[in-house]
Parts: sequence; structure tokens; C-alpha cells
Amino acid sequence: MNAGKPWQEMGLTDDEYRQIVEIMGREPNRVELGMFAVMWSEHCGYKSSRPLLKYFPTSGPRVLQGPGENAGIVDIGDGQALVFKIESHNHPSAIEPYQGAATGVGGIVRDIFTMGARPIALLNSLRFGPLDDDWNRYLFSKVVAGIGDYGNCLGIPTVAGEVYFHPSYKDNPLVNAMCVGLVATDEIARAVAGEVGRPLLLVGARTGRDGIHGATFASEELSAESETRRPAVQVGDPFMEKLLLEACLELIKEDLAAGMQDLGAAGLTSSVAESASRGGRGAVIDVLKVPRREAGMTPYEVMLSESQERMLVVPREGAVKRIQEIFEKWGLEAAVIGHITDDGILRVMEGEEIAGEVPVKALTDLCPVYHRESSQPDYIAEKKNFDLSSIAEAGDYNRILRELLGIHSLSSKEWVYRQYDYQVQTNTVLVPGDADAAVLRIKGTTKGVAVTVDCNSRYCYLDPYQGGMMAVCEAARNLACTGARPLAVTNCLNFGNPEKPGVYWQMEQAIKGMAEAARVLNTPIVSGNVSLYNETRGGEAVLPTPVVGMVGLLPDVTRRVDMALKNEGDVLILLGENRDGIGGSEYLALVHGVEAGTLPEIDPAQESRLIELLLTLAERGKLKSCHDISEGGLAFCLAESCITGGIGAVVDITGLRGRLDGLLFGEGPSRAVASVSRSDVDTVLEMAEKGQVPAVVIGRVEGKRLRLVYGGRTLIDQDVNELSAIWRGAITWAMS
Amino acid sequence: MRFGIVVFPGSNCDADCYHVIDQVLGQPVEYIWHQEKSVRGFDALIIPGGFSYGDYLRTGAIARFSPVMQEVIEFAHRGGLVIGICNGFQILLEAGLLPGAMLRNDSLQFRCGPVNLRVKTRDSAFTRCFEPDEVITLPIAHGEGNYYCDDETLKELIEFDQIALTYCDERGEETPLSNPNGSTANIAGILNRGRNVLGMMPHPERMAEKLLGGEDGLRVFASMLRCFEEGCS
Repeated sequence: MNAGKPWQEMGLTDDEYRQIVEIMGREPNRVELGMFAVMWSEHCGYKSSRPLLKYFPTSGPRVLQGPGENAGIVDIGDGQALVFKIESHNHPSAIEPYQGAATGVGGIVRDIFTMGARPIALLNSLRFGPLDDDWNRYLFSKVVAGIGDYGNCLGIPTVAGEVYFHPSYKDNPLVNAMCVGLVATDEIARAVAGEVGRPLLLVGARTGRDGIHGATFASEELSAESETRRPAVQVGDPFMEKLLLEACLELIKEDLAAGMQDLGAAGLTSSVAESASRGGRGAVIDVLKVPRREAGMTPYEVMLSESQERMLVVPREGAVKRIQEIFEKWGLEAAVIGHITDDGILRVMEGEEIAGEVPVKALTDLCPVYHRESSQPDYIAEKKNFDLSSIAEAGDYNRILRELLGIHSLSSKEWVYRQYDYQVQTNTVLVPGDADAAVLRIKGTTKGVAVTVDCNSRYCYLDPYQGGMMAVCEAARNLACTGARPLAVTNCLNFGNPEKPGVYWQMEQAIKGMAEAARVLNTPIVSGNVSLYNETRGGEAVLPTPVVGMVGLLPDVTRRVDMALKNEGDVLILLGENRDGIGGSEYLALVHGVEAGTLPEIDPAQESRLIELLLTLAERGKLKSCHDISEGGLAFCLAESCITGGIGAVVDITGLRGRLDGLLFGEGPSRAVASVSRSDVDTVLEMAEKGQVPAVVIGRVEGKRLRLVYGGRTLIDQDVNELSAIWRGAITWAMS
Repeated sequence: MRFGIVVFPGSNCDADCYHVIDQVLGQPVEYIWHQEKSVRGFDALIIPGGFSYGDYLRTGAIARFSPVMQEVIEFAHRGGLVIGICNGFQILLEAGLLPGAMLRNDSLQFRCGPVNLRVKTRDSAFTRCFEPDEVITLPIAHGEGNYYCDDETLKELIEFDQIALTYCDERGEETPLSNPNGSTANIAGILNRGRNVLGMMPHPERMAEKLLGGEDGLRVFASMLRCFEEGCS
């Protein structure tokens, strides 16, 4: 505790405090200081990341809303649009995994319906330490339960996600939640400047003492004392959120709200400031009019509470009564807590007393921006120069494949997704486990929407620029494998402490890589979130994890493609240029205990050609199945397609060049394996040639075993049922 | 045939049921808000899945006190067709229209995914479009679907042929392994004595279109329609 410098306790530096005094022209009181502290936190103010985010391409013909609003929006034709965003809830989940994860879902869902969209899908991207540790198993099971219970109750299907386990996440798991909503383009609700005198309505849950300074807490490294931060974790009530969702959508349907702003990080402070700042307005609110959950709350507590399931509404003229009727129908409170003013000041009253007065712009626009020092960490060169030729090429490939299938990061995630209601709303055409991405139909149209989240943080650790590119490319490829055209990106940038030059360099490189790939693939980045200070208790940053969430569009959802092999005699075609690199592969880490090496090259232009080919093939109904090659390489990809299809394959890779372990388990990007009818083979090969994508027949669907042959020598020969048992059972066994 | 779908705060499969009745079955359908005091004019009522009142206290325990539930009970007593799905099944149990109670899944986890079911009786308004002992596939999605009743009740359910659906393997065997939640006698759905009220944990509305993987669920609603057209209620 530092009684002399209360700002330090709130996460502000001495220099930032001086700036505040300068802006205010006096010393701020505690309420004012608290408001600055949360609004100027890394979490709300993006003070370290803002200079880097400008690298992202954010516009395109389909983009209706880029970064800066609650969520990004892309046009999908027929007067419809998708609203989507991903957000982190890492620090709360490290301390209170169930509530931390649950409220992460609640927060991202509010971002979506605040814009007038009905949420149609949830996704999540999770990182934990290895499952051989009790604490990691506890975090994993509670996070999954928290996500499931919240989304299930809301009736929003959780349709896709990813889960990885790595020691770097032991003390600091990553919990990123994404939500996708559907909106009619003429019903998009954007926050607009409130007219002077317009009342401010606070609706939904009552305000309690939970989550005070959550945003500040999210902006510092976790430490042994973090446990004492438990009160900074919010508590979720999904039933309340469901009522709020229905009521708010009814409000928008009737066009009763000029603006809506959900109360997330920094609670009332942020939402009032945001609502007032548009058009340079001010606002006055009386904390005594805020419905409370607990007696005796101070203005400071009311302004900083991050109690969940609340929304600030600026009504259209004369709409207050009707708004209150709608909320009453749903059993919710809607309290007038203040109004918009013209003086640019956010004035907090406690009855007749002024509790605090701060210029709105100081909170929203004057947050300092830091151009942090960036330098390439020493490990990069060392890892890159690792001599891959020192790795023995020979091995028991049968055993290696079986072991890869049992790796928790790679094995089936059924243990996870069977706890999520992934079918409610009856739109999920491709469910979790079916394909490289989930596909939802849009009722009343022929369209389908594909969604995915992706990031390989080991790649990003070894080469953040290329890793960033690969994350974007893999997400796009996953969508294309289902037949969906990639449209746009949301991302969640999870990194360590940006004040460390090495971490800042990782972030800078990853962002530039993602930006480059997004530009080439025409998938602008329309929303996102940054989560920094993700470190272990020993002060080591987590692996750089810039998670990519992507949405895609199928003009005809009946043309969607899954990854399961279908019929005996179908022909297997390897699409994309074969690359045998084992650098950074799961195989290298598993079998040789090495996380190093130069990553296989990636060229987004080549990725783009593969994607175009896949889309054409899918549209013409030529693909019986399609699965991209990623972790575990070609052998793993084939095994998954065999397992999900319940059928075997005979594959001969004699024609491919490179070291054998690389051919089987190398993770070179921009590749996929398709199965096609025998009668379509020539057409598919011709189309591939026309699309400048290398394509080669490597085998056929046959029997009940997966056999991989090279030059007459059998490398792998395994019973599909046995592979299936390993792959499906791995996480369940670890958790029982 | 006019369907009514009862909507409680927290219901979340109401729109899914509406879609199937309206778009797939092609019959008139309307929502009934839980504060309504009449269900006149409807030929069948659907109590949909979800988390009515957040499932606080106990699943379905608060919903049964809604004004509309008294009307639903009287409607059922007059012989009207009532189907409760998932949370709707739980509400029918709490309202006393069906015997037994629901416990947490024995896994203590929420379970979502397809299950095999055996159609135990064709003699009801909800199952007449199935073959005797046919094995069908429907999805479940629940945390509290572990059906429990005492031995006496179970005996009666069997004696009066009230067990409509059981969890089974692909060959129709009611094995412990095919029981996803620990339900007594693998029970997935039961009828009342009058055979006009069905409660079932699986979601027929989620398997009513080929695009979504099958049409076994549609046949539950088609059975109701056939029953109505043949004048059974």
C-alpha cells in the first residue's frame, strides 16, 4: 500500500498522475482518480498497442463497421450483415475460472446485441498448462463449465473453438470468447451523440461491489497477490442477460433507442463517458439513482463497479415510457440516472453533492499512448538456427502417429464441446468435430455462414511475423475447406508485458504479419481486443498468442463440405505445394523434445490461390470431403478424415520429395487433402492446374485401416477404430 | 391444426419449435406469453426447452407457478395434446402432469450430442408415425435430465405402457453405456395415463430437416398432426 501515492495502487504511473493534474488544473479526488485509472488502463485505453493497431487493414467493400464500435460488421447480402468480435477474459479466469469465463461470454454477447444484432453463434479460444497437473485440470474444467453454463442458458450455440495446452500458460490461462450476431442492415444500432437534456437510462441488473477495478486488474501482471484480487472478478447471471438481450432487441425493433452502450470494463464510468463523448457532449448522473444490490456503496464504488448484465440506454425523444414498459414486461428495472449535458463534463452527483467532475474527452481521448521500446529477443536467432538436420529422420511412424493423436492439443475436443449446447437455434449445419469450421444456415435464405478461431502460438513464438501470417491464413483455409469465402477478421492479441522490449517486438511482428496476410487475402480486420501482461509468476511472458476469429460466407449452404471420408473408392488428392519442413512442428516437440527451427515458408498469395480453388470446387459440388493440413501434418490430417468418416484409406506418397518424417508430420501451410469421386478426378486436377495450385493424387478411400506407403515401403498401417479410440479418448482419460 | 408455444422468461427453444411447426410442418402456430390466462383456440401446446426463470431453485420449479400453467393443466385434463421438451418436460413434472422428478446428470456435466432412442410405444398422439421399437436419433442438450421415479411408479409406467422413449445403443439395446445421464430404466420420455401428454428430454425440433442431419424429430410433430386429422383428441 502506498498511502502517499494512491494512483500507483490504481495502476497509474507518477507521470500519468501529473498529466491528470494538468488536465484537471487541480488534484483529482478519489472518485475522479478512480475514473481516470480505469479509463487509462491498458485494457480500456490500448495505450501500448494503439500505435501498432494502425497496421491492420480495416476497410473493404463488405465492411459496414470497422474497429471503434462495440463490434465489427460485414455485409452478407440480402440486406443482412454479420456483427462479430472476440474478447479476452484471461486474468479473471486465472483467479476465478468459472465466473471469469462465464462473464467473458456475457460481455462479448452484450457487445453484439448492443448493435442490434441477434447473437447466433459463440466460439472460444482457450490455453492452459498441461493436463498432468491438478491445477491446470481444475482451471480447464471450470472454464469450460463457465462458458457452457452461460452460453447454454442464453440459448446461443457454442459452435467452434480451439484448446491448446502448453507450460507457458500454467499461471496465466487464456480465455478468449467470440460472438457472431445477425442483423438486418437497416436495423444496425450505432451509438450516436445524445441530444442535450436526453435522459440516461440504466437497465438490467442492479449494481453491486463486484468487479471494481477489473479493467485495472486486467492490465497488470498476475502475482502471488492476485488471489486477493478475487473481488475484482465479476459474477455472472445468464438468466438476467437473456432477459436483457430480449428486451434490448425489442427496443431496437421499435426504434426506441438513440444509443445503447453496454457496461463492461470500467462499468458506468466508461459507458457514460462513451455515450457523452460522441458529439462532444457531457453528462450528469446521480449515483443515488443507480439501483443497488448492496447498501452503503460509495460514489467511487458505483462508478467503478463492473457488475454484469447492465446496459445504458439513451432513448429517442419521448420514448422513456415505452422503454420502461418493455423492460417491465421482461421483469427488468430501467432507472433514469441522469441526462446528457452540453458542457463536455462528466459530473457525478451524490444527491445534491458533487462527487466528481471530469472532462469527458480527458477520459476517452487523452489517454496517453506509449511507443514502447522494441527489440528482437535473443532466443529468436538461437531457435531459428537450430540445425534440423541433426534430427533423426527414421522412427517408428506408427507409434508417432498414435502418440500425436493422443496429444491433448491435437486430439478430439469432444469432452469440451459436449458440454456446450451447439445446436440451439437450429442453424448448425456442421457441428463441432465435423469440419475445419462450423457452418450455420441463415433461415429464410440459401446462405450459410462459416466461423472459426485459430492461432498456433508455437509458430508465433519462433517467428511472430510468420506466425501471425499463418494464423490468418489457417483461419481462412479452414473456412474455405467448408466451402465458405473468408470475409473478415476479428482478433484477440494475447501477449506478455509490453514494457519489455522483447514482448513488444513479438507483438509488433505478429501484428505486421497478420496485417500482411489479411491484406493479401482480402479479409479486413474489423474488430478486436488486446490483452497484455499475460505472464507467469516467474515473470515469463506466455507464448505470443494473437488469436484470429474469422467469418465466411457460403452462397448455397447445401454445398458445405465436411472433413469425413465418405465412400470406398473415392480418390484422395493433395492440394497445395508439398513442404516437408518440420521446424516448429508438434512432431518435433513431441518426439524430439525440441521447440525450435525455421518455420516452413508461407506465401499468402499461394494461400489465396488454394482458397479460390477450394471455393470453386465446393461450389461445383466436387468435394466429398476436405480437410486442411495443420498440426501433425499430412498423416494426422488423413487420420482425422478416416476417423470422422469411420473408413480407411490407402495412400502412396512416393512421388513427394523431402525427408520422410517431414512428409508425414511436417506442418507446411497452404495445403489440404480432398476426397473426390473417381469420375471427378480429371476435372479436379484440371481445375487445380488452371488455378495454379499443385495437385497430386495420393491415394483412395478403402477398408478399415489407414495405410501410408512410400516407395513400396509401408510407413504407417493402423486400424482406424484404434486410432479413433486414442484420438477421441485422450482428454476424457486425462480428466477422469 | 393450431399449435401454441408457451414462452417463459428464459425459454430458448421457443423459436426453434415455432420454425418447425410454421416452416416445416406448415401449420398455424402462435407464442403464448407465460402471463396469459387462456389457451383457448389451440389444438396442441408445446412447452419448449430452455432455462425458464434461469432454472434457479430447481429446473422448472418456478415456471409451474406462472399464470398460464394452470390453463395448461386444465387443457391437458380436458384431453388436449401437450408436449414438453427438455426444460418443458421438467416443467410438466413439477406441475404434476407427469410422474417422477429430474436430477442432475450423473456425469455432473451438461451433455449435448446425438443419442439413439428406442420408440417403446406407438400408441400415443406423439409416436404413431414410428415403427414399433424403431431406433431413432435425436440430440440431447441438458444438465438435469436424469429421470428418477420410485419403483412403484416405474411399475405403473411399464404396466400402463407410458414409457415412450428410452436411451439405447444403435441396435436398440437399453445398455448403461447408452444412458447419457443416469435416467431410471434409461427413460428419455414418458406419457401420462391419458396418453395426451408427453415429456421428453431429447429435442425433436432440432432434427426436423435433412439439412440439420435428419428428420426423426419431425415425425413426433407429424404424429400429432396425424392424430389431430384422424380425430383422436
